[in-house]
Amino acid sequence: MNAPTSRLVLRAALLTLVAIAATFALDPFRNYQLATAAGCFAAVAGLTVLVGLTGQLSLGHAVLMAAGGYGYAIASTAAAEALPGSDALPFLAGLGGAVAVSGVLGLLLGLAAARLRGPYLAGLTLAMVIALPSAANVIPALAGDQGRGAPFFPVPEALSSLIAVEQWHAWLAIAVAAVAVTPLAAMRRGRAGLRMRAVLGDETAARLAAVDPAKVKTGAFTVSSLAAGLGGAVLAVATQSVSPGAYGLGFSLLLVVAAVVGGLGSIGGAAAGSAIIVVLPWLVDSAASALPADLGQRLNGNLAVLLFGAVVIAVTAARPGGIAGLPRRLPRPPFTRNTRTPETEPNQNTER
Amino acid sequence: MDRLVFLLSTGLARGAVLALFALSLVIVWRAARVINFAQAAMAIVAVYVAFALTAASGSYWLGLAGALAAGAVLGALVERGPLKLVPRDTPLPGMIVAIGLVMVLQSGLAIAFGPDHRPVRAPFSQRPFLLGDIPVLSAYALFVLLLAGGVMAVLALLFGRTSLGLQLRAAAFAPETSRLLGVRVPRMVTAGWMLSVATAALAALLLVPTELGLNPHAADLLFVNAFAVAVVGGLDSPLGALIAGLAVGVLVSLVTGYVSAAAAPLAVLGLLTAVLLVRPGGLFAAKEARSA
Repeated sequence: MNAPTSRLVLRAALLTLVAIAATFALDPFRNYQLATAAGCFAAVAGLTVLVGLTGQLSLGHAVLMAAGGYGYAIASTAAAEALPGSDALPFLAGLGGAVAVSGVLGLLLGLAAARLRGPYLAGLTLAMVIALPSAANVIPALAGDQGRGAPFFPVPEALSSLIAVEQWHAWLAIAVAAVAVTPLAAMRRGRAGLRMRAVLGDETAARLAAVDPAKVKTGAFTVSSLAAGLGGAVLAVATQSVSPGAYGLGFSLLLVVAAVVGGLGSIGGAAAGSAIIVVLPWLVDSAASALPADLGQRLNGNLAVLLFGAVVIAVTAARPGGIAGLPRRLPRPPFTRNTRTPETEPNQNTER
Repeated sequence: MDRLVFLLSTGLARGAVLALFALSLVIVWRAARVINFAQAAMAIVAVYVAFALTAASGSYWLGLAGALAAGAVLGALVERGPLKLVPRDTPLPGMIVAIGLVMVLQSGLAIAFGPDHRPVRAPFSQRPFLLGDIPVLSAYALFVLLLAGGVMAVLALLFGRTSLGLQLRAAAFAPETSRLLGVRVPRMVTAGWMLSVATAALAALLLVPTELGLNPHAADLLFVNAFAVAVVGGLDSPLGALIAGLAVGVLVSLVTGYVSAAAAPLAVLGLLTAVLLVRPGGLFAAKEARSA
């Protein structure tokens, strides 16, 4: 492990500890929201690296999350039946299942992505989102519209006097998100990230420099869907269920919103974006429920989407860097650049 | 056998709608080299306009004219509005703006009209004719086939035989040269958008009476299927859109009839994946003249 990577891992560990400490300041519902946001963060981080660094737009990351969720539910249920009495083993088996299912699906899509340019891949992934409820009805293992249950992971004995179950699930969510996102961050900074930017910048030039665009695109898509799958596993832990309705087109577009608003290509931006897509709809809907019943019912769920749509257009038009691009407008301390790999613009929107 | 004939004939009507919507995607692709991911949402806005006009006046035909006009206006507004704000040298910003538009339009409709599915009456009976003992097309399906065929013929004449069509094609294929020759390229691009969204609005309007009812997401599946059709047919090829549209319509109809309704989107997804992997340019595409 070279010096920048170990520094990055150290920073990730510190951030994880800070996030876990923060759960003590939150009530159970907020902790549940935090767990949801952590799950979304893993998926959005994968998406933002994919879109920002390779320029491939996936509208189907909700399906990859669902794949992870189903993988988690199936593997952990099987493990819980095989080994009754243990709580941690089904959890770990579930994570393994999530990685396996989302990884295979991601690899297949990645092979397709390597051959497709922008709009084709977006259309293919969109078709996948629309076909998810059908797949759930046709494939028996996915258990139709009601979806599958995932085993409940109770608070361990040693902690049970200290924390509530929501807080425990928030811890798990934070830990899994950290495991999913840290490799992405390392990859983004390292050689792999450089190769992705090279392919985005000019495929022919990249090929001349012995970078194989097909391999890079396939790899990027696979890694991205692994992160999304772990995010889906987090949601399966927090809600104890996976159903196609939870991973519809609306949710898939919200993930894109989070990546765009946070700033395409930025991991910190992905964190901010996922917090926004979890908290803002809840805020808007609680405000709307204060309105008269009819109007409130119409606004419920829709006003937040309307706002998100408008914000996405505004961000793309006016501030393509998103939230992550805001601090960059300030002058940078002179010596921070030297420790990084030479950073070409991570975001093709800003190339003007 | 009866069943096969019935499924084939309903598949043709379904395919005509698909082909029309796919044609709208082909038009905007040829005019501006973009895939408009907001096409379904924009078309549904126009259908709501038609719904309101028909409810107010009692005339289906006024509603139909209103949908075409609303589609054209919406196409121009979007092309001249939000899409002008982002750089066009790469497809990504335009796609993201289109996704934002989808969210704004669909949630706006849900706020304005409520989330209910509104039943829409067809102008003709949907009861199938009997040919001997075999149920075949309904009057409405026949109307859909004739209208879709007529519109496609008019579009073919427009693009192939008129000066406006020539300018539209020239502006799409060689913008710089066309500008030198006096073609107002931006105006032609806008015209392409207007034609495209009006066509999509017509397709969505024809579809809605055969579905569960009018709601903001009524055309989502139509868009996905039409995208598959456009890709299978080759995004540059109107004839490909027609043939692939009829074929996919029949395929969806057969899968729905013999397997289950749930399997139809999977069949389309499978077809789309297979074509994209084997021939990304589409089955009917001419050889690539430019790589935009």
